[in-house]
Amino acid sequence: MMLLAIPEISLAISACLILLCDVYFGAGRRGLSATLTMLALTIGVALTSRYGLSVHRVLLFDGLYVADPLSGFLKMAGFVAMATAIYYSQDYLEQRGLRGGEYFVLCLSALLGIFVLISANSLLTVYLGIELLSLSLYALVAFDRDSGIAAEAAVKYFVLGAISSGVLLYGMSMLYGLTGTLDLDQLSLAVQQRPDAALIIGVAFVVASIAFKFGAVPFHMWVPDVYQGAPTSVTLNIATVSNLGSFALILRLLTHGLAGAPAIWSQMLMAVGVLSMLVGNLGAIAQTNMKRMLAYSAIANAGFVLLGFSTADIAGYQAALYFTVAYVLTTLASFGMILMLSRRGFEHEEIADFKGLATRDPLLAAMMLALMFSTAGVPVFIGFWAKLWIIQALLGGGHVWLATFAVLMSVIGAFYYLRVVWYMYFEVPGDRTVPEPRKRLRFILLLNTAAVTIMGLLPNALLSLCQRVLP
Amino acid sequence: MQHIGSLSVVIWLPILGGLVTMALGERRARIARWFALASALSTLACCVRLYVLFAGGTAEFQFTERLAWVPALNSQYDIGVDGISLPLVLLTAFMTVPVIIAGWTVVEKRPALYYAAFLIMEGLMIGVFSARDALLFYFFWEAMLIPMFVIIGVWGGPRRVYATLKFFLYTFLGSVLMLVALIYMYLKSGDYSIAALQQLPLTLAEQRWIFLAFLLAFAVKVPMWPVHTWLPDAHVEAPTGGSVILAAIMLKMGGYGLLRFSLPMTPDASRELDWLIIMLSLIAIIYIAFVALVQSDMKKLIAYSSIAHMGFVTLGAFLVFFIVAATGSSQGAGVGMDGAVVQMISHGLISGALFLCIGVMYDRLHTRDISAYGGVINVMPKFAAFMVLFALANSGLPATSGFVGEFLVILASFKAGFWFALLAASMLVTGAAYNLWLVKRVIFGAVANDKVAAMQDLNARELLILSVLALAVLAIGIWPAPMLRMMDASVQHLLQQVLTSKIPGAA
Repeated sequence: MMLLAIPEISLAISACLILLCDVYFGAGRRGLSATLTMLALTIGVALTSRYGLSVHRVLLFDGLYVADPLSGFLKMAGFVAMATAIYYSQDYLEQRGLRGGEYFVLCLSALLGIFVLISANSLLTVYLGIELLSLSLYALVAFDRDSGIAAEAAVKYFVLGAISSGVLLYGMSMLYGLTGTLDLDQLSLAVQQRPDAALIIGVAFVVASIAFKFGAVPFHMWVPDVYQGAPTSVTLNIATVSNLGSFALILRLLTHGLAGAPAIWSQMLMAVGVLSMLVGNLGAIAQTNMKRMLAYSAIANAGFVLLGFSTADIAGYQAALYFTVAYVLTTLASFGMILMLSRRGFEHEEIADFKGLATRDPLLAAMMLALMFSTAGVPVFIGFWAKLWIIQALLGGGHVWLATFAVLMSVIGAFYYLRVVWYMYFEVPGDRTVPEPRKRLRFILLLNTAAVTIMGLLPNALLSLCQRVLP
Repeated sequence: MQHIGSLSVVIWLPILGGLVTMALGERRARIARWFALASALSTLACCVRLYVLFAGGTAEFQFTERLAWVPALNSQYDIGVDGISLPLVLLTAFMTVPVIIAGWTVVEKRPALYYAAFLIMEGLMIGVFSARDALLFYFFWEAMLIPMFVIIGVWGGPRRVYATLKFFLYTFLGSVLMLVALIYMYLKSGDYSIAALQQLPLTLAEQRWIFLAFLLAFAVKVPMWPVHTWLPDAHVEAPTGGSVILAAIMLKMGGYGLLRFSLPMTPDASRELDWLIIMLSLIAIIYIAFVALVQSDMKKLIAYSSIAHMGFVTLGAFLVFFIVAATGSSQGAGVGMDGAVVQMISHGLISGALFLCIGVMYDRLHTRDISAYGGVINVMPKFAAFMVLFALANSGLPATSGFVGEFLVILASFKAGFWFALLAASMLVTGAAYNLWLVKRVIFGAVANDKVAAMQDLNARELLILSVLALAVLAIGIWPAPMLRMMDASVQHLLQQVLTSKIPGAA
């Protein structure tokens, strides 16, 4: 039974080992930790697929920990996403002298935090996971210690994150006070019997903290600054892998733990979701920095996920799961592209830096075109199905106006993704540098983009997988 | 079922051809060009084969293929053509060939990407016309925006970025609401197949909303007044090939959508709101024709004339209820729809040909300003003959395809009521006015300036494509019977659907 926790166990052990190896052998060999981390992730995938997957819902450690098909799926996705993110980041880190062993250890511990969240079945486990994830991310954001803007971003992230943790704890304490249990299974039953004002306030605190993790309006202030300020490789982690954690958080805490009182949180999520789409999409239009634009796009996309959850039925959760996976897959490649195009001493992070990419490097431009249209939700890419399914879930829940609002917002969203395509294809290059070949990175990027396209042409496999793991 | 796969070939062959063309890259542009032409020609050959094998006299879909595509959402890869869609498929395959030939030596900027974009467009557009599943239809419908966005944006005129963004956002806005309507209907029927959605009972209130959502999507594409403003911008800025595809085929998708979705899926709302479409169509026919008259840019003039001509399509499609009310029977009520389909095909050929003619002149003088020309007939007699022919066809000269479509629609409007006919027929006057005036200013008269005097007459390549188009225009004009026969059964079937109420309990 303990073996079901193998993903966490293997991650924790390998993080410690890598830290030690780095101390003893890392001095002359800077690539060592990166290689070991990739190895650790590979071993994690192998062990998880052999021992860590469960077809039934199994409780471990006195009900603190749950293993079900969903947790297996999300953890595999987490491994793959983290491995891809680290792969994309290597050159970037090396050129900036950031390729220390601590970086990778922090990445692994962030991933561990996400896994703990994914398998949380108690308020305590949830909190443990969130803190592990957040603390690792704060440190990662500040990892480039010579960069003022990164330090500023880290402080903002840390202060706001600490407040959000406090809010979460306060909400949890109210829930505990009302129901006398930390266990999410029991909590869900207990809240059914106590629909009073104190419960609403407790839930509101919890939802506020969740919204903070998602970067949803009105708790989105940190997102643009952190996305822009952090080293791009860290932004990549925050934008992709940690999204799986946010998804798990809301799934365990609200749709499972508070399943007995959906009316309370679903309206809150609806309001937060609508505001996020509005602010995210309108905010993104004004951006000139690619990372900042993607930050606002992340806010808008968080709105989509939250709207999926706000339906409070299984179709909406499945749609939100699919949306999250699709978003992670696409965003990995979008940031991978920024990393690919950055070079020593040059951060390729202004949208204007993309000017004329189609003539400088047609393949990369074509891939970026696919990614941007996918994020905009245009077929034939995976992003189309993600949005389609959310809209279908909203209509299925009877929210016709919400669905209409969502599609109208995605039209606004299309504009700023199109601007990237416009700069790449319609403008003459401002910077005439031909991107470095970096054959292996290019190949993985190509695979990633191909996945975005092929899963858009033949979406059924992933769609039905999402339906299977979240029955 | 014996021809399994032949329709898929027509969809995916050009798309694959386009991808290969793109992969060949700009360094091998010569090979890419030949490869693109070969792809377009073989697609056309496959389409002609479909036409030959197509059995007339039935409203059944033919060459159907049905594969599981997205079982998780109950959507199938379900394609087939009937008498309404096959002519449009043929038109698409037919018009792509001249577009590729017309760009042969003229396109110097990234030629491989240029041909690739048009081939991919071709496949996606044929997909739109042959999809029998609403989600598949939407999939192709939206995907097609991507190559068009690139075409206008890369090879367009000075304000191309503005034009292409406007084009994309306008059409995207229209179609996302259609998506909401489609999903709404799917949730009621549990099936995305178009046939199931056509049979789904809906209350009048539901139909009204769905009708309006569809209308926005299709009206933007047609385009109908007052959502037409993207078209002149897109046309003026688009390269010649882009204009041809835009006018010849993309606009037809709006008309096709009205015939395939709006009318049969929301017949009661169509009956209730037909005055709206008819009013907008008549405004397009009368007002836009006057707008066309005052244009100083040739492409803009033809663009506005396209809007007016598409007004005939929407008018013909929606006159059916007035005809039934006026004559008291459904006998002969299909004539308007017949006219609408013929008008779509004919306008596709004529407007495409006119844009190619303008392209021929533009390639020589690099301006589309009418005042820069004059007396072209003196230096380009062969070209002048074609230009005059297409301009006359555009104003509905008998023995050209333009006459057939317009005549059928005006005939239908006579059946519906005298005033409809009077207003619609004003097109014959205004259309002749702007077309002939255009010809007078550009083609006839004395040679205007030295630049015009230096113009070369058509080369073999241009002569070839214009001759083929002229033959097609004349063939449909002189002997429209095969085409009318091909679509007759489907139009009758559509008529029946339109006249059957879908309100639960009413029928």
